[in-house]
Amino acid sequence: MSRQNTRLDTKKVNSELLTLTYGALVSQMLRDFENVEDVNKQLERIGYNMGMRLIEDFLSRTNSPRCLDMRETADKIQLAFRMYLNVQPTISNWAASGDEFSLIFDSNPLTEFVELPQDYQQLRYSSIICGCIRGALEMVQLEVQCWFTQDQLKGDASTEIRVKFVRRLEDAVPAGED
Amino acid sequence: MVIYGVYIVSKSGGLIFNLDHNVPKIEAERTFSYPLEINLEYEPKKVSVVFGQKDGINVGHVLVSVNGIVANGSVLEDGRDVKEIIESKENYPLTLKFSRPKMTTNEKIFLASMFYPLFAIASQLSPEPKSSGIEVLEADTFRLHCFQTLTGVKFMVVAECVQMGMDVLLKRIYELYADFVLKNPFYSLEMPIRCELFDTNLQALLEQVEKGGIASI
Repeated sequence: MSRQNTRLDTKKVNSELLTLTYGALVSQMLRDFENVEDVNKQLERIGYNMGMRLIEDFLSRTNSPRCLDMRETADKIQLAFRMYLNVQPTISNWAASGDEFSLIFDSNPLTEFVELPQDYQQLRYSSIICGCIRGALEMVQLEVQCWFTQDQLKGDASTEIRVKFVRRLEDAVPAGED
Repeated sequence: MVIYGVYIVSKSGGLIFNLDHNVPKIEAERTFSYPLEINLEYEPKKVSVVFGQKDGINVGHVLVSVNGIVANGSVLEDGRDVKEIIESKENYPLTLKFSRPKMTTNEKIFLASMFYPLFAIASQLSPEPKSSGIEVLEADTFRLHCFQTLTGVKFMVVAECVQMGMDVLLKRIYELYADFVLKNPFYSLEMPIRCELFDTNLQALLEQVEKGGIASI
């Protein structure tokens, strides 16, 4: 489709703009809540709400069919990261049951220029991403859990997000799709 | 190339957007002498033609004005009753204007929520397993194209029967929806769409399709 020759979508923005805006959001929230656990929760919630809307953008751009397998879902998530954050995570550490996998990032654009101060070691700085994945998948009737197992901000070699399939939301599947 | 209208129905089946585009306006004004040759039915909300079709005034048309004074249902704008005027001989000759009835917003909401179960029934009636719902519904004067996204939102376009490539248009409307409705922070999901940018872009898209054909988008 000829989306390229139209409007604002082709406009690429410098990733530093996103990084700094996100940093401003997090630091403002730390000031407002004064409690790291609340900030973690709120970031996750913001991400969830973003994911619910972002999924439509993703679907309308990619014409993806419905995923019937967690492996397809993992590929789609990988593609989404390439589209929206211009990073390509590697998919690995599949659980034997095939319902759980990890996304491993060599670099995370959100945490560029960021160092966690000592007293904020409990902060999950990028937990907006987890919320986003959860919200987006919920709109296509997949309930998942999503959390960080490794974080470069906390001294790990790479950043790892774990995604676990919980169930398919059968009653939310639209008619004509089941 | 004629596109009559665009409808968007939310996941739960409510009409969240509709646009009438290019609906031909059918109106006829005639001067009548006593007695009136057409049969009218007087209802509180409308005065409609039930029999005696002639000169472009068809059965089903509703009364718009009497002698240039607009009629609101069975009462004229100046407060007089339509039935009394039409049935008394001394008022003739009378100029009456009729037009095809317009759908009210309530009727549109009603019809949109009607389509929702039809769509679901169609997918269950199918002799083949794993059928989609209604994608095209054809009548002799129009064709309704429906596209359901994976998240359950339905986009519908009502167009002329000969119109090709409506599936491409529906995908484009979906893109506009993702760009201008969902990225609007003041829009809450499942609510009626009131986003100016969406309206203008959709209007522009429809005009482009009508002028340049589907290949131009």
